[in-house]
Amino acid sequence: MSSTWRMVVGAIGLVALSVAFLAIVYMTAPASPEPDLARSRSSAKGLFAVSIAPEAGEPRQGDLHAWVVTVKTRQGAPVEGAAITVGGGMPEHAHGLPTSPEATAYLGDGRYRIEGMKFSMTGWWQLKLAIAAPSGVDEATFNLVL
Amino acid sequence: MTRGPIRRLAVALAFAAAMAGCGRQEFTEAEKRTIASMSLSALAPLPLDPTNRFADDPGAAALGATLFFDTGMSRDGNVACGTCHKIDRQFQDDLPRGVGVGETNRRTMPLAGVARDPFLFWDGRRDSLWSQALAPLENPLEHAGNRAAYVHYLKRRFGERYERIFRPLPDLTGVPANAGPFGTPAEQAAWAALSDTQRDGVNMAFADIGKAIAAFERALVHPPTRFDRFADALAKGAAPAGDAALSEEEQAGLRLFIGRANCSTCHTGPRFTDNHFHNTGVPPVAGLPADRGRIAVVEEVLADPFNCFGKLRDGGEEACGELRFMQKSAPELVRAYKTPSLRGVADRAPFMHAGQFATLEKVLDHYVGAPASVEGETEIHPVALSERERGALVAFLKTLSE
Repeated sequence: MSSTWRMVVGAIGLVALSVAFLAIVYMTAPASPEPDLARSRSSAKGLFAVSIAPEAGEPRQGDLHAWVVTVKTRQGAPVEGAAITVGGGMPEHAHGLPTSPEATAYLGDGRYRIEGMKFSMTGWWQLKLAIAAPSGVDEATFNLVL
Repeated sequence: MTRGPIRRLAVALAFAAAMAGCGRQEFTEAEKRTIASMSLSALAPLPLDPTNRFADDPGAAALGATLFFDTGMSRDGNVACGTCHKIDRQFQDDLPRGVGVGETNRRTMPLAGVARDPFLFWDGRRDSLWSQALAPLENPLEHAGNRAAYVHYLKRRFGERYERIFRPLPDLTGVPANAGPFGTPAEQAAWAALSDTQRDGVNMAFADIGKAIAAFERALVHPPTRFDRFADALAKGAAPAGDAALSEEEQAGLRLFIGRANCSTCHTGPRFTDNHFHNTGVPPVAGLPADRGRIAVVEEVLADPFNCFGKLRDGGEEACGELRFMQKSAPELVRAYKTPSLRGVADRAPFMHAGQFATLEKVLDHYVGAPASVEGETEIHPVALSERERGALVAFLKTLSE
């Protein structure tokens, strides 16, 4: 093999190595650090339009507080008689919510009060609402950053 | 040509400024906000405790102080709250495990700011300061007494004072000198033999003992430290100087604390605690009874007759959110213990819930290595810290004591 060919093969090898390296870096890079913070969204299967709002101002770290969850059909009609189960946690710390929040009251017009929420740390939290209504069962996940 | 010296001076100044910039790393705006949030000046006013209507009664607090330091409040007359919660030692005792009538299984906790804790003890087995104060009184390893004896003692020694502050003493006619649900078999039998009215009367006065001690403990606060002076100066945009200055090493430790070392994830806010319970893989102490932490006491705090749901709570049930919405069954409660405040920490070795580590360096070794938990999952991930960085973290922690 001539030295020119060796150089060409070597160069191709080097380029291939760097492409592979960059591909690995790109593919293993952490996902975007900013999760979607929308407080209104479609439920996972699209059965409901769900929105959340803190009942009394933005929550502070460590304070027990309440949220109001509004559940409507895709057409915008309030969903009544839904049973809402609350879960969630901190995806980056592999733990759940520090409390066991519950849906404690139906406020009318598709609105449900969730009591017992607490964010014990700053950072990225997820709130997962499982919604069981006469029209079907679905869930919605919200991201919150404190 | 006349501008030559001026230009040279300007270049020299720029060079000096650049060198200074190399030596001292400035805090970012986000870091400054975090540091400000950890200053004592960011601490909210102490919330009211509607479950104890004597919580802010000075007479109750004074009686509580008397009871806190009274060794008469024990089976053998040798143990007071102040025996382990030493007034000149941040209300702790420097021992791996507290020693009352016997040696306990847990490190004595310091008491500054304790009125802000939603759940008390390392595992949160009580849900109010006043119900907490009652538990050691009947623990056989601590004060080892029984509630009938305490109420007789209260009447004998402080009867008039008690009635002036609280209410008429219960009728103790026919209540034996020793009776209680956790004492010797004879004391338990005597307790079971009482009428409901007698038990209710004893329980009410016993709860008032806790309410008096809680009123006293509400006055125990964190003193301001060099870190607070530094944080406040930084927040004002001033250069921290004099007794507000932190050395380069201490600042490097602070930067690690709120950054790469992940300490402030749990040790957060002005009290350096999230008031929650975590499994951090701290090993058990050989020879002690099995200890599963928070998960083991969920039923106990729910069943405690002195908890927020009980009839001895003052005020309405709306104050009981913490108990009502308490996490009851999650896997992360296994071997989970309370995040302790780090204020004053450098002056109170040994560390952890059973005094497992003798020095702060050993604590850092644990968090750097992040060993697996003997049961459940540790929440800690290993973090690479050089010797110099560990030294900086310890140096920073010492600024929380001065």
